[in-house]
Amino acid sequence: MDNLYRDFILEHYRSPHNKGVLDPHDLHFADSNPTCGDEMSMTLRLDAGKDRIADVAFDGRGCAISQASASILTDGLRGQSLDEIRALDPKELLDELGVPIGPARLKCALLSYKVLQGAVQGSEVAWPAEAEAVG
Amino acid sequence: MAVEPASRTAVQGAFSGTALRADFPVFESSTKQGRRLAFLDAAASSPKPRAVIDALADTYAHHYANVHRGIYELSEDATNRFEGARRKVAAFVNAPSEREIVFVRNATEAINLVAYSWGRANLRPGDRVVTTQLEHHANIVPWQQLTREAGATLDYVAITDDGRLDLDDLRAKLADKPRLLAVAHVSNALGTINPVAEITAMAHQAGALVLVDAAQSAPHMPVDVQAIGCDFLALSGHKMLGPSGIGALWGRRELLDAMPPFMTGGSMIIRVTLDGAEWNEVPAKFEAGTPAIAEAVGLGAAIDYLTGLGMHNVREHERYLFEHAWAALGEIPGVRRLGPDDPDTHGGVISFVLDGIHPHDVATIFDHEGVAVRAGHHCAQPVMQRYDVPATTRASFYVYNDLDDVEALAGAIRATQQIFGA
Repeated sequence: MDNLYRDFILEHYRSPHNKGVLDPHDLHFADSNPTCGDEMSMTLRLDAGKDRIADVAFDGRGCAISQASASILTDGLRGQSLDEIRALDPKELLDELGVPIGPARLKCALLSYKVLQGAVQGSEVAWPAEAEAVG
Repeated sequence: MAVEPASRTAVQGAFSGTALRADFPVFESSTKQGRRLAFLDAAASSPKPRAVIDALADTYAHHYANVHRGIYELSEDATNRFEGARRKVAAFVNAPSEREIVFVRNATEAINLVAYSWGRANLRPGDRVVTTQLEHHANIVPWQQLTREAGATLDYVAITDDGRLDLDDLRAKLADKPRLLAVAHVSNALGTINPVAEITAMAHQAGALVLVDAAQSAPHMPVDVQAIGCDFLALSGHKMLGPSGIGALWGRRELLDAMPPFMTGGSMIIRVTLDGAEWNEVPAKFEAGTPAIAEAVGLGAAIDYLTGLGMHNVREHERYLFEHAWAALGEIPGVRRLGPDDPDTHGGVISFVLDGIHPHDVATIFDHEGVAVRAGHHCAQPVMQRYDVPATTRASFYVYNDLDDVEALAGAIRATQQIFGA
């Protein structure tokens, strides 16, 4: 069968990286994908200069794609500046999943991105254009 | 893998789903992965038999003109076919008169029409309307909007743990003398068949009008507005083998006569001057603008097809498939089935949850296995909240399904569990 659920994604789903809640934290945001009920929150700790990510964790319940995407996204965040995070391209996250994501699953794959941007902004951001392939 | 029903009462109906597959062009080709398509999502919308597709095409090709006013032959022909379809809908639900059938876009529009037209003219501040926790959003949101605007209150009848309406709670809500009760005949999320005749009698005794959402029942079992006794009934053509964009509202003549129009414009007036307009009689009063002419004829063809099978036989066919599927799912560890386990009160819709696996992932893997199901909240978020699940996977049966489809469903569940190592 098509390898949407190949080992890479399942591995991140079964043993997600960075799962949990940071306490204390500097940034926090929670959001959901209403079409299927994926829920996700993120907590981030900044470095001494309050500009770069020192640590990150995500929590919540949802489908394998949303959880794997959060695991993969959060892996690359430590050391990044807030500006670099704002400039992250959602397409890169989709590419990192390594499999084609159908239009109905785009929001699953990009929920972690939306939550991250919400945490950095301090308020909910719109879905990136890449998530709006379907109405 | 043999599929045996736990109950020995399952009897195959008077027709073979396997044989009917040949009537539906969508089954002619296999899926992109080269698999046989097991279509288990009629509850969302149904495939169309060739007879309905042909009726649409034939209307557009040879019998199409605007209806009701043309004096030329083509228009009279189109009008006869359009009104003929209206008569078929009336007969299908045993309406006392075809003039009580209003063509609308779908059940959602039918319910909105009653909320706008009856609701805004009749609801006063402090009044109550009752719906239930197992409704589709189409039978919740219009009442939320109406009651909010009218300064009225909306109550919800609770669901029991096995997915039935709590009739004691209904009694309690009716004791507050609501103006209207809006209730689904069959739950699209759980498959529960509600005792609407009994419920209607209770509501009428309390002085309430009753609107029945028949979107999930009219396609699948005999629906008789006189036997139910309700005051309004909504149905969608696309769920009953008919085209999209056509549905019907049945309403008691005296209620429809008293209601102001919903949409206004052409066709629904008798006379328009610069000072105002005089409304046409029902059902024209509620059919502003050019209707979905070919689609109505297509719905008539769908009704002919279903009537040819016999709605009692359709019910028996789905009951047979439900019993097999319910038993098969009950034998797989890690599957939680929702809704009543009694085939008398559970239609051909099964919502289930796989332990540790999200419905979206289930549906995606099912797609690879050639099994089309729906994953999500099914436009019934209150039901999801009641069972504390974000979503369920839902399989729904119809006339073209057979035991191969039930086996495909069980097989897809096992394949999904295997991939997730559950």
